[in-house]
Amino acid sequence: MKLPDESVDESRRSFLRTGVLVVSFALFAPSRLFAKKDTLGTEILAPNLPGSLKSNPMLDAWIRIDAQGISVYSGKVELGTGVRTALWQIAADQLAVPLQAVHFVTADTGLTPNEGYTAGSHTMADGGTAIYNASAQVRKMLLDAAAKKLGTSAERLSLKDGTIVAQDGRTLTYAQAVEGINLHRYADPVSPPSDPARYRYIGKSIPRVDIPAKVTGGPAYVQDMRLPGMLHARVVRPPSRGAVLEEADIDGTRRMPGVVAVVRDGNYLAVAASSEWQAILAMRDLQQSAKWHPTRTWFTPDELHQVLKELPHQDFLDADQPMVVDATGPRVKATTTKQYLQHGSIGPSCAIAHLDGDTLTVWTHTQGVFPLRAGLAGMLDMPIEKVRCIHVEGAGCYGHNGADDAAADAALIAAHVPGRPVRVQWMRDQEQMWEPFGAAMVTELDASLDSSGRLANWRYELWSTAHNERITNPGRLMPTWLLAKPMVPAPSVPIPQPEGDADRNAIPPYRIPGLKVTMHFVTQMPFRTSAQRSLGAHVNVVAMESAMDEFAAAAGKDATDFRLQHLEDPRAKAVIALARDQFDWAARLRNLPRGSGVGFAFSRYKNIMGYCAVAMELHFDEETREVRFPHIVAVADCGQVVNPDGLRNQLEGGIVQSISWTLHEEVLFDKDGVKSVDWATYPILRFNQVPAVIETFLIDQPGDSFLGAAEIAQAPTAAALVNAMARATGVRSHRLPLMRYPPFAG
Amino acid sequence: MINLTVNGKLHQVDVTPDTPLLYVLRNELQMNAAKFGCGMGQCGACTVIVGDRTVFSCLYPIASVGDRDVRTVEGLGTAESPGPLQQAFIDHQAVQCGYCIAGMIMRAQALLEEIAQPTEAQIRAHMNPNLCRCGTHMRILAAIRSAAASGRITPRQKVQGA
Amino acid sequence: MASMFSKRRIAGASAGIVVLGAILYFALAWHPAMAPVSQPDVPLTAGVVSQGQRIAELGDCVVCHTGPAGARYAGGLPLRTPFGTLYTTNITPDRETGIGNWSLQAFRRAMREGVARDGQLLYPAFPYIHYTHVTDDDLKALYAFLMTRGAVHAPARSNELLLPLRFRPMLAFWNLLYVHEGPRPSMGASPVERGRYLVEGLGHCSSCHTPLNLIGGEKGGDYLGGGEVDGWSAPPLDALLGAPQPWTQEQLVAYLSTGLATEHGAAAGPMRPVVENLSRVPREDVEAIAAYLFSIQNKAVHNAAAQPEASAALANHVSNGKTVFEAACATCHGSGSAMSAYEQRPPLALSSAFNGSSEHNAVLTVLQGLPWPSEPGVTTYMPAFADVLTDAQIADVVTYLRVSAAGRPAWPDVNKTVANLRKESSP
Ligand code: FES
Ligand code: FES
Repeated sequence: MKLPDESVDESRRSFLRTGVLVVSFALFAPSRLFAKKDTLGTEILAPNLPGSLKSNPMLDAWIRIDAQGISVYSGKVELGTGVRTALWQIAADQLAVPLQAVHFVTADTGLTPNEGYTAGSHTMADGGTAIYNASAQVRKMLLDAAAKKLGTSAERLSLKDGTIVAQDGRTLTYAQAVEGINLHRYADPVSPPSDPARYRYIGKSIPRVDIPAKVTGGPAYVQDMRLPGMLHARVVRPPSRGAVLEEADIDGTRRMPGVVAVVRDGNYLAVAASSEWQAILAMRDLQQSAKWHPTRTWFTPDELHQVLKELPHQDFLDADQPMVVDATGPRVKATTTKQYLQHGSIGPSCAIAHLDGDTLTVWTHTQGVFPLRAGLAGMLDMPIEKVRCIHVEGAGCYGHNGADDAAADAALIAAHVPGRPVRVQWMRDQEQMWEPFGAAMVTELDASLDSSGRLANWRYELWSTAHNERITNPGRLMPTWLLAKPMVPAPSVPIPQPEGDADRNAIPPYRIPGLKVTMHFVTQMPFRTSAQRSLGAHVNVVAMESAMDEFAAAAGKDATDFRLQHLEDPRAKAVIALARDQFDWAARLRNLPRGSGVGFAFSRYKNIMGYCAVAMELHFDEETREVRFPHIVAVADCGQVVNPDGLRNQLEGGIVQSISWTLHEEVLFDKDGVKSVDWATYPILRFNQVPAVIETFLIDQPGDSFLGAAEIAQAPTAAALVNAMARATGVRSHRLPLMRYPPFAG
Repeated sequence: MINLTVNGKLHQVDVTPDTPLLYVLRNELQMNAAKFGCGMGQCGACTVIVGDRTVFSCLYPIASVGDRDVRTVEGLGTAESPGPLQQAFIDHQAVQCGYCIAGMIMRAQALLEEIAQPTEAQIRAHMNPNLCRCGTHMRILAAIRSAAASGRITPRQKVQGA
Repeated sequence: MASMFSKRRIAGASAGIVVLGAILYFALAWHPAMAPVSQPDVPLTAGVVSQGQRIAELGDCVVCHTGPAGARYAGGLPLRTPFGTLYTTNITPDRETGIGNWSLQAFRRAMREGVARDGQLLYPAFPYIHYTHVTDDDLKALYAFLMTRGAVHAPARSNELLLPLRFRPMLAFWNLLYVHEGPRPSMGASPVERGRYLVEGLGHCSSCHTPLNLIGGEKGGDYLGGGEVDGWSAPPLDALLGAPQPWTQEQLVAYLSTGLATEHGAAAGPMRPVVENLSRVPREDVEAIAAYLFSIQNKAVHNAAAQPEASAALANHVSNGKTVFEAACATCHGSGSAMSAYEQRPPLALSSAFNGSSEHNAVLTVLQGLPWPSEPGVTTYMPAFADVLTDAQIADVVTYLRVSAAGRPAWPDVNKTVANLRKESSP
């Protein structure tokens, strides 16, 4: 079997090596007394343990040591954010071994702990924390065991490159030390302390392990897997949601060269062929003969935000502090709107499925192999243990894109050609048309200062469909909607506060006595929406930080001072002050060329994770409506930094992506459905539009907890951009994307 | 059978003449660098060099190649011994998901073979056809600048192009 | 693309004309210099400036007055004409190299009579024969708009013209023939009138869409009857009902303001920047242009498609063309493709490029593609195939689509056309 990359190869070998043993190690806790789901959908079995140990409390779920070496298992996946390397660094340092000595395995339902989804900037906070603690505890157990074996005390032992060394020079390998001790035990709530001064990897910019293959054409992605006897499949989708297939020349397509199967199940159509090109030609042939009958019409983008307000919704009161009487200062009322966004992965979704006897194996770039496994088992009515999902990287997803749905396609088609692995590759238009979108939103703010120029009252309401339509039942897999017996998605449920869903970061971090925040959670979805980086924070922080600027101006205060005056958290204040100083805020503000503006914004992601402040200068050309960014500064405090360069990379990427969203991106649609089906109808930022300079600064907190980073820059970047545009043009607009709506559009 | 030279090595492939070069590279020759991104010449994930032209291999009929050499990222170096641009991308960690990167490297390679010391404006204009969704642009630009500064990229010998 | 919007318009002169001209030019060619001004002599209020921007967009000023990779309005675009190459001039308010010391009066004279502030005659590649019909108010607004652009120091490049034409006073004779001075301010009366004003004045549509005579003048008798620019054929604007799917006013408005008509195709070549500009002007202006054009449809509907002739050579072309089409074109243009299913792109069977009398537009579109849109309202893009397909392959695929999709007789000698156009359009 040819496998895509070393990591997969390794995990495969390890699977074979451990064989049936795998099933014997328990990922289940003895008691489900406390069982409750966390925000990523995994069950909490041990609420008193740190990070993902809560849901996977057994040490041997994470670390196994035997004669063949040290294996560390993570239920998190590499999505292009560098977490594979960062998690690996943590394990190596805490186990006091060189990186190379750790055999690092990620998300595979047959091997690794179930950490739900890799999402929401949770990886370091949950997975990193679990590995950090489990490794420290295992290290302590090894030392204790070695001490007993060597007849000395643990304090008299030292660790050197994976060997335990006694003061008299005797040594034991980890494998020798571990003999006779059982790692199949509950983790402790408290781990032995680690001395940050002794870290070789944590806090260092260790080059990412996945990059050499990616720049030299090594196999790195699920797209690069080639299994013996593998068929290539393509799906044929209806032209809009709800369209009904009237006829298709199935037999004609079946007769084409190389075609092995043509699948029709209700409105579901797919082809499988020996070669990829034959599959594409067959797909085209079927597309051409398929006649569809639309059954739905949509509203227009102009009506979108009114429609959102009128659809059925549930209300959630996120904050309700009584309004104060002294609210006689300046008042800000503002409506902020956002259109649907696409994740727009550069590589359309892909998956491979292989039904071998009664076992289905699926290689997928999903963010959550375990929930996907449950969904696929339900879809095909198979016992869950007969389905295995193995994560292999895909292109960056930025949230819930087509990955799970493509896996469902692969599984559905594989069920028609048992014994042969089937590779499904979505086409560009299929990805853009059928991926769940980032939700459109509308928010309304009404806030005022008191007579002394401080924030007094703040009323904020927002309307949005779900930001989290993850795979909680088979009906959440889009291909099942097309089957002759369609499946029904589970009802939408919002992620609760403090993380929030559409209301993520809707509660201001600032001291405000009178506060009322309401989320109108729309339960009927005109277009399917699900998680996209930062969820509702993108819009909520724009609304909030724009108002902060207006209030600062009304109170005659500097924008950064005004924020600092309303904050107590010293870490928040430190981030803001550093961004202000590194950007040289005051001087830039004074010397603005014509058409230029500076903007500032701050937010702490979900109010509980990484802190991020962004300051930017932009230039707006009124005639060409081009926006240039001469200088951007971002400052982040993400707790203890594991890989500084990786963190900077995420900040830079988040800034560029957010500029693209905020200025240009929206899904085009009309009464017939989605019209953004390629890069011409859904343009994203290009090289000639990206900033001239982005500088990032990190505030490290050695020994402190890990706070995630992958989504922290999006919201403050968008808000700083809106504020900078207001300064550059004298007009403040909250209609996103800015360049497609008045006053900045033609 | 169609003859095809890739990175200096001659192959014979059994495909129909309407097959785009991308699928021949990926499936017949089992090479990974050129990626499927859109199949419409819109994103550059599939960028390779044919003769002296930088092209989108997703819409390049295999029948067009003729006896010109096809160059892909695999031809620039290996993980053990990366070429100058590959090394610069590693040095700058100019990758997030990396899906776009092989295409980026090939487009940049073509630029540096043509103009050894491009200006910032020339780099940006030249790279404009290629998309990156992760927002790795700043690092990609930095990597290209430093590969140019290294002076290690040999100027292109003019070959007969289309 | 070499000269983006090269106006092939320029006065030519034969020897006889030289003699005639010699007699006349003393009388005609001498114009006084106008005094420089130290600052613009109209108030540069926001309202006037934004009105001026609309005028500039309707007049496509930026298209010609911006050089390759140069600053906007700073000139330097080469215009290749049968008489040599001209470089457009700097119309930013730079005092030394631009129009910074021009008065409104000097500006108006240049726009209406083709005379620079210093009295020198301008070459009629600059369409003053059309701008002469622009109203005083609009010229004033345009002046205000240009005077508020950033001043860019960009000295004019010297033109590379045939010898006799380097002598500018020669132009006086040409002007005598073609300049029919003065505004035609019947605007506002009706959309058709407004449209006529825009088409004949600011839009200077006939610069490209009217055939030229030997000395580079528009043939008066065939107004908007179709011309040629940079190898592209600019279709007749008075035969819109002769398309396979006759144009409607609605389709024309969509075409002019988004670059896409779902029954005809996408704006390409020199028309692309025009629609990008028009995508920014108020819709009523575009509707007026369409209304006027629909009022001049006088040509007999000519469109009965003759059956293609069958031959072995043609069959070979067609089958090779189909191979190329599957590999390079079908993802977007195949029937059932996303583009046709969701984006309402016209099937190539209806495309003007494959139904016209000349193969030029089809060939050039394949060679050059369509650039990435620079305006949000425009969503058409096509990669260039110059580096992907050989001349023979382009000829094959164009022939395949002409015959199989459009169902029309093959164009003769497409191979040769491809070779020529490739040569002309490569930098
Ligand atoms: S895959 Fe070829 S350009 Fe996108
Ligand atoms: S690095 Fe992910 S698309 Fe460029």
